[in-house]
Amino acid sequence: MSKRVLLGVLLACGLTAPALAQEPKTGGAINAVIQPEPPGLMLAMVQNGPVQMVSGNIFEGLLRYSPKLEPQPELAESWSVSEDAKTYTFKLRKGVTWHDGKPFTAADVLFSLDMLKQTHARARNNLAQVEKVEAPDDYTVVFTLKQPFGPFLGIFEVGSMPMVPKHLYEGTDWKTNPYNNAPVGTGPFMFKEWQKGSFIRLVKNPNYYEKGKPYLDEIYWQIIPDAAARSVAYETGKVDVLPGGSVENFDVPRLSKLKDTCVTGAGWEFFSPLAWLWLNNRQGPLADKRVRQAIMFAIDRDFAKDVIWNGLGKVATGPSASTIKYYTDDVPKYPYDPAKAKALLKEAGYKGEKIRLLPLAYGETWQRWGEAVKQNLQGVGMNIETIATDVAGGNQKIGDWDYDIAFTYLYQYGDPALGVGRNYVSSAIAKGQVFNNVEGYSNPEIDKLFADGAVATPDSKRKEIYEKAQKILVEDVPVAWMLELQFPTIMRCKVKNLITTGIGVNDGFKDAWLDK
Amino acid sequence: MLRSPSGVIGLIILLLAISVAVFGPMLFPNSPWRMVQRPFLPPFTLATVPLGTDALGRDVFAGMIFGARVSLLVGMVSTLVALVVGVPIGAMAGYFGGRVDDALMRFTEFFQTIPSFALAIVLVAILQPSIYSIVASIAVVSWPPVARLVRGEVLSLRTREYVQAAVVTGQSNTWIILREILPNTLSPVIVLASLMVATAILLESSLAFLGLGDPNLISWGYMVGAGRTVIRQAWWITVFPGVAILISVLGLNLIGEGLNDALNPRLSREGR
Repeated sequence: MSKRVLLGVLLACGLTAPALAQEPKTGGAINAVIQPEPPGLMLAMVQNGPVQMVSGNIFEGLLRYSPKLEPQPELAESWSVSEDAKTYTFKLRKGVTWHDGKPFTAADVLFSLDMLKQTHARARNNLAQVEKVEAPDDYTVVFTLKQPFGPFLGIFEVGSMPMVPKHLYEGTDWKTNPYNNAPVGTGPFMFKEWQKGSFIRLVKNPNYYEKGKPYLDEIYWQIIPDAAARSVAYETGKVDVLPGGSVENFDVPRLSKLKDTCVTGAGWEFFSPLAWLWLNNRQGPLADKRVRQAIMFAIDRDFAKDVIWNGLGKVATGPSASTIKYYTDDVPKYPYDPAKAKALLKEAGYKGEKIRLLPLAYGETWQRWGEAVKQNLQGVGMNIETIATDVAGGNQKIGDWDYDIAFTYLYQYGDPALGVGRNYVSSAIAKGQVFNNVEGYSNPEIDKLFADGAVATPDSKRKEIYEKAQKILVEDVPVAWMLELQFPTIMRCKVKNLITTGIGVNDGFKDAWLDK
Repeated sequence: MLRSPSGVIGLIILLLAISVAVFGPMLFPNSPWRMVQRPFLPPFTLATVPLGTDALGRDVFAGMIFGARVSLLVGMVSTLVALVVGVPIGAMAGYFGGRVDDALMRFTEFFQTIPSFALAIVLVAILQPSIYSIVASIAVVSWPPVARLVRGEVLSLRTREYVQAAVVTGQSNTWIILREILPNTLSPVIVLASLMVATAILLESSLAFLGLGDPNLISWGYMVGAGRTVIRQAWWITVFPGVAILISVLGLNLIGEGLNDALNPRLSREGR
């Protein structure tokens, strides 16, 4: 029922809209929900999801990415790669100014890179292959790499590498810089005010370098702590945009049936959140590959998609989401097959040892999912005990490897070298951390494939390497992949062009306009 | 007891609930967590799932039956534990008086000053939700009234002639408390206990409603909590277990009242 309606809405709004492209209209304000309230807005210092959602309007990166993850110009208007794939030259856009009127130049880029290496863990990793960065003139930046690094063009998105104004941050204590509370960027919107616990207001940047943009005058990010109240706020017209994840899934069908409401799953291609079950490969029955395969066969993932996620998302086939580069579905398949699961368990000699299951404490949807998975596993004769924890407690248990099965979902950032390898290579086994190889899977062949894949050239070679890695991983089942998640964005149909890139609502409303 | 009609009704409800808790799971051998039908099936449409299904297609009726077991068990066991803690403390405080009384009562007040539900939430959250931590935390927050009640009773009984006589004849303190005093405090304690079971069921339901139930056991409070968010689409998921909580708590309160009337004939005759 709900699935069909949703599909209809998606078809009606998402797909036909470009065909009837209209001339954008200027003016108006958008009210959007931000959940939870961000801890700050200085994107170079804090990188939680809600931080980027708001300050992706204020700050910009050198590049944006299309839904197919092809690089698009933002602050860099063009770029070129040398023959040996070790030198990347970016030509910066001219005439870009910071919100305070100072020009944006290559010096700001060099400063931002230095700062991010200290404040942004992911940027530091992404830049590890960079030997030196130079600015031959004010509008050129040249990156020289130690060795060719395939995913290099994928690290310039605003959340991964936001540009910071050198003239306001150089020589100051970054943590206490007053501009952290009133950030100054180059983006289409400027920070205006933040009433804590109530709303964050951004206003149009009148000097934005793309003439005519942005179309909106203002954005209000409304802070509403309760999920049910957020749904009501949309129904009563207080807000126009519910970004992915801001209402519970079971409210999505009801809200999307409302008049003048459009729903889209687009805008998460860059992050491609993939949900899976950590399986502790170190101990107990799960150390046996056959038991792990049995878990894949035992879980009805279509049911999870259709019932728990209201038809949103896609059943995962392996370690890469289908939107990630070099994804292949030419891998061993694990349909819902309890009989086969039972046979595998029997073959592995599983005798009903107790297995602890740690659900994710992110709300009702995840709890119901935990219950359904437990039921599936009990259905094939596994003895499952659910452990109740909060988010922090769960993270600690997972980091300490004190679990048997645990729910999680992680972003993949477009390239297997950036967002996939970290969960499977043995060098990423480090106790106390939650987003690395916490399952304890160790396979020298996989280690080598991911090491080679990151630096191999040309693209066809990388493709070959990563396809091989996917096949091996899916055969070994180091973790049980569940769903490629989709976080539907719900909005009034009068809001146009809200999501135009693979980063979606997380990278600014510069193309959005209101059809009054 | 049998003369008061409300007490009889309460007793019938309680017996019914107990028999459901004891025998129900034998009639429904399937786990209440099993997904048996399509999700959100309204009640009274299929004979196999008379009360409909919840968000995952689980049988609401089966959940109610298994939930009765958890709710009643938690209610009774935690009350028993609270009595085991509260009665001796109250008896000692009342009997020995003086410093012992002061110390024990300050200790009791320490628990009474913290809002009991808040304390229960904190305890369950710290201990990790499980049936044991829930019983323990409910017992911890519900023993102080028992202690105070028993202390009050003992204080007044302490001065009676037959107790004085026992003291004079050189009986040991333990013997006096156990044989002479406590039996006479029994009737108010029984009345209080029946009301405590009701309160404990409500506490357990509230904890489960907030997601602090034992994740491996279905209970009425859990069902209400899990169904709460979809109440606009599927009222039956919350309403039926909610009614079950209402009726069983009502039943226990009626019993408590009936017992009060029966055990304190003077009070009931004069009071009404």
